[in-house]
Amino acid sequence: MLSEIITSLNQARRERRAAMVISDLNGTRQEILLEGETVIRSDIAREVADRFGSGKSGLVKIGDRELFFNVHMPAPRLVIIGAVHISQALALISRLAGFDTVVIDPRTAFAAPERFPGATIHAEWPEEVLLKTPLDIYTAMAVLAHDPKIDDFPLIEALYNKCFYVGALGSRKTHAKRVGRLRGAGVAAEDITRIHAPIGLDIAAANPAEIAVAVMAEVIDALRKRSRDVV
Amino acid sequence: MIVSPVVAGPLETAETWLKEGRSLVLATVIETWGSSPRPVGSQLIVDGRGNFEGSVSGGCVEGAVVTEALSIIAAGKPGILEFGIADEAAWEVGLSCGGRIRIYVEPIIMATSAGC
Repeated sequence: MLSEIITSLNQARRERRAAMVISDLNGTRQEILLEGETVIRSDIAREVADRFGSGKSGLVKIGDRELFFNVHMPAPRLVIIGAVHISQALALISRLAGFDTVVIDPRTAFAAPERFPGATIHAEWPEEVLLKTPLDIYTAMAVLAHDPKIDDFPLIEALYNKCFYVGALGSRKTHAKRVGRLRGAGVAAEDITRIHAPIGLDIAAANPAEIAVAVMAEVIDALRKRSRDVV
Repeated sequence: MIVSPVVAGPLETAETWLKEGRSLVLATVIETWGSSPRPVGSQLIVDGRGNFEGSVSGGCVEGAVVTEALSIIAAGKPGILEFGIADEAAWEVGLSCGGRIRIYVEPIIMATSAGC
């Protein structure tokens, strides 16, 4: 493999673009394709499209040649709204699990970099951050600020952009009020049912770090049980 | 926006190592049968001293792949390795889960010295 293929794959990863390396195992021919690029060779165009769709890598025999299609899908991303105590643990676990991790909270005292060593943290309103870096289907959102002024907008954006997971902190009572506000804002009932609330798998989590584990487990569950594999 | 993961992936490690001028070999799982711990497409990067990052199994065959990688670096040509419970070396490097895997092992060629 040429070193420049590795450089290109890493760049695609940073830009959150899907990429594919096609290797002819009988020879040395190898090429890299980015999703959306035109496939010149008609004999593999269908295969390339299917594999970008499924995210699955695999070996294919075409004539007497063995071609290996290695699909590199964008890393899943977790956007955490609210730089609260749970978020501190969640940001760490999320990065450990290989997720690109972003924390957003307009309250500068909460969104202090020293509370989130090594994390990408925005001390801005979600409205501003999400305008610059929109959500996508490879993104999960955990809404934890516990303040409708901060939480509601990104929650609606996450549903609208079909994030693969949307979870919101709060008791059933809090969530019932939230559902009322979202309905008032015109969000469809079937979209609202996609919100995981109360957030996190039921493991009887008793403190912020344990709740973070429960949330991360629920995010991974949503990622891996999707019909379409992301990574 | 993007944060490097806490544990760097094999391709990110490869880029760092290439900048340091190390000779590298990339191992990729190309086929699996039965139960196998890592899916097709999983990768492991190895340098000329046997340092490695990533995985192609649950730790069962990495040692053997690293050893093979060193001879691939010397030969400069790709090769295919196969591991399974039926291997003669099963006691040492077989997959305890009973699965079988095929691994493509290829040297990384610096763009400047590329012939194709």
